[in-house]
Amino acid sequence: MTIPPAVEAKGLYKVFGRNPKDVVRRLKAGETRAQVADAGTAAVIDASFTVQPGEIFVIMGLSGSGKSTIIRMLNGLLQPTAGEVLVQGSNVTTASPGELRGIRRRSMSMVFQHFALLPHRTVLDNAAYGLEIQGVGKAERRERARDILTKVGLGDRVDAMPDELSGGMKQRVGLARGLAAGTDILLMDEAFSALDPLIRRELQEQLVELQQELGRTIIFITHDLNEAMFLGDRIAVMRDGRIVQNGTPEEILTDPANDYVAQFVQDVDRARVLTASAVMERPLAVPVSAGIRGALRVMREEQVGEVYVVENRRLVGVVTDRAVIHAVKGGTTDLRTIADRSVHGVGPDELLTDIVEQAVGSPVPLPVVGESGRLLGVIPRITLLAALGNVPATTQSMPIIPATALELAAEIGRLEPGALAHAAGAADGAAAATEGGEH
Amino acid sequence: MDIPRIPLGDWVETFINWVIDVLGGFFDVVSTIFSGFYDGVAWLLATPPFWAIILVIAAIGWLAKGWKLAVGAIVGLLLIAVLDQWENAMDTLALTIVAVVIALIIAIPLGIWAAKSQTVSTIVRPILDFLQTMPAFVYLIPAIFLFGVGVVPGMVATILFAVAPGVRLTELGIRGVDPEVVEAGNAFGATSGRILRQIQLPLAMPSIMAGVNQVIMLALSMAVIASMVGGPGLGKDIIQALSRTDIALGFEAGLAVVIIAMILDRITSGFGNAKRGRKRATSATANDEAPDAGAETVVVHAG
Repeated sequence: MTIPPAVEAKGLYKVFGRNPKDVVRRLKAGETRAQVADAGTAAVIDASFTVQPGEIFVIMGLSGSGKSTIIRMLNGLLQPTAGEVLVQGSNVTTASPGELRGIRRRSMSMVFQHFALLPHRTVLDNAAYGLEIQGVGKAERRERARDILTKVGLGDRVDAMPDELSGGMKQRVGLARGLAAGTDILLMDEAFSALDPLIRRELQEQLVELQQELGRTIIFITHDLNEAMFLGDRIAVMRDGRIVQNGTPEEILTDPANDYVAQFVQDVDRARVLTASAVMERPLAVPVSAGIRGALRVMREEQVGEVYVVENRRLVGVVTDRAVIHAVKGGTTDLRTIADRSVHGVGPDELLTDIVEQAVGSPVPLPVVGESGRLLGVIPRITLLAALGNVPATTQSMPIIPATALELAAEIGRLEPGALAHAAGAADGAAAATEGGEH
Repeated sequence: MDIPRIPLGDWVETFINWVIDVLGGFFDVVSTIFSGFYDGVAWLLATPPFWAIILVIAAIGWLAKGWKLAVGAIVGLLLIAVLDQWENAMDTLALTIVAVVIALIIAIPLGIWAAKSQTVSTIVRPILDFLQTMPAFVYLIPAIFLFGVGVVPGMVATILFAVAPGVRLTELGIRGVDPEVVEAGNAFGATSGRILRQIQLPLAMPSIMAGVNQVIMLALSMAVIASMVGGPGLGKDIIQALSRTDIALGFEAGLAVVIIAMILDRITSGFGNAKRGRKRATSATANDEAPDAGAETVVVHAG
């Protein structure tokens, strides 16, 4: 690809102190942050990452972990002690002050934790500030600022002064100022941290929407893991100046790099992060061509009460043991006619929080269906609960027990002798599983 | 006393003499400019009839704060007129205005520079302490040598005495601007001149206006003392009253100074507040409180 990454950080170090270069040398030689504390404060140690265009990259860490220092090195507000930053291919670290101003105007704007609005200017002129610096004429920049303000829901407050707005509104202005500047990259430094939880959620959702609409690259700093998980396409977790893990939210949640990250992700609202595809299990499916007997055999072998029916790997429906028994009685052999097609699958990218309700209402494990109806996996209720509770999901061998074994037995009684032999296996299995579960 | 005495005063005198010899021409130029400036302003204030001046000042008061100040200014200035101190008062006002303008031309850029550079700040601070605490009369002595007797030495002494709070409060105001807002300017690629003009100066304005207010008050108090070296104005009558122990004259001239001080103070603090009012700073932050507090204490000083 010829498109350069939006932002590339290579081996960034930032040390505050008397002899920063020396501290970097010692850190490179393997000394720890605590060991060099006498010579200087190592705010950022050997941070490297790449941010692709159009992605939301979250840098997450507690206060003092160096995340705010990193973001300020990206736009040159702080000069790295070692390492370099490339923004859309141009080197920020070696740029002259004039070139740096040019990069900032063209490529990256910023949203601040405490809004940093100009208190003596109206909302409209605040939002137009970036364009003003770029030298855009008054009428045009005001028009563009007005458009963006309308997008963030402040179209009716353009003439207000910042002091007249609530915190959430102020940050909308801050966001509008960043977006209106028209730069490809938006740096957001703890942008929502000073806001009430409800307002914060609202702005997070709005940011995701705006990002999808405008396709900007966003580098977002936060100390709130839930926020990081919700917003981030990728997350870099920082601790004591180092990036300890860099991955997708799911990777960080399901495969934490070390105890620190694991401990950190313990309290995450997993339902808002994990997607259906992350927790789904191998589906029990029979092709239509296998017929009733095939379905029955699978049920018996796997000791389950229902299987999914697929045709060319596409989901047709689900057949239950009861339907099979009826079919055997009625002499039908085509699985297609007895499959229950009312089961609605969920998409692989749907968040658990969105499928819980469906899972609870569904009598069978939820099928996860991909493009053109392909059956990708299933999510039994127990798996869902295990995923939400962060306990190991050992459900693979746990069969779904028919609701009423007695009813089933009664139906078996009405079957023809030939079919009974097949069906009995399934019923026995179910009964055995019931006993097994009680002990 | 067997401790050897250091003749520091003699050295300073020698130095001043040297300065006069070497830079005499320069001081002549300065003197010409200052006195020309003063003559112009004094002419402007003395030429129109007194009621016209009163109306103009009342109008400014109205703009700055409202009708109450306008009425107060009219009553106060009429009192000065009926006490037969009008001409003296206008001379003092002219001296004050010229001194303040020159002091601010020095103070505000110096304050900005001190805010930007720690080195400048470290150098300027003790000098300001020196200027502010040295008894005001002492400035008059070298000033006479440098500029001769008349309005200019008084003006120079006034400027030296009054410049300090202007520098200090400008520096304080600019340093007190929320660093995140300055960072925002940088982050969007603004030049430092633009950040100064569009962010730092506007946000430091309450503090700078408090500085302007202080400069005016100090200049007014010094303008009276300047009459000791032949400066015109109310000070002349006060010193005369002092030497003759003339209570009546002393009180009248002194009252005129108080009235002018109060009007100037209310007008400048009014303009400072008006700036703030436009910003709609409903929540009174520490920064916003400062000018008011400064204004109240200063009246005492000037009176």
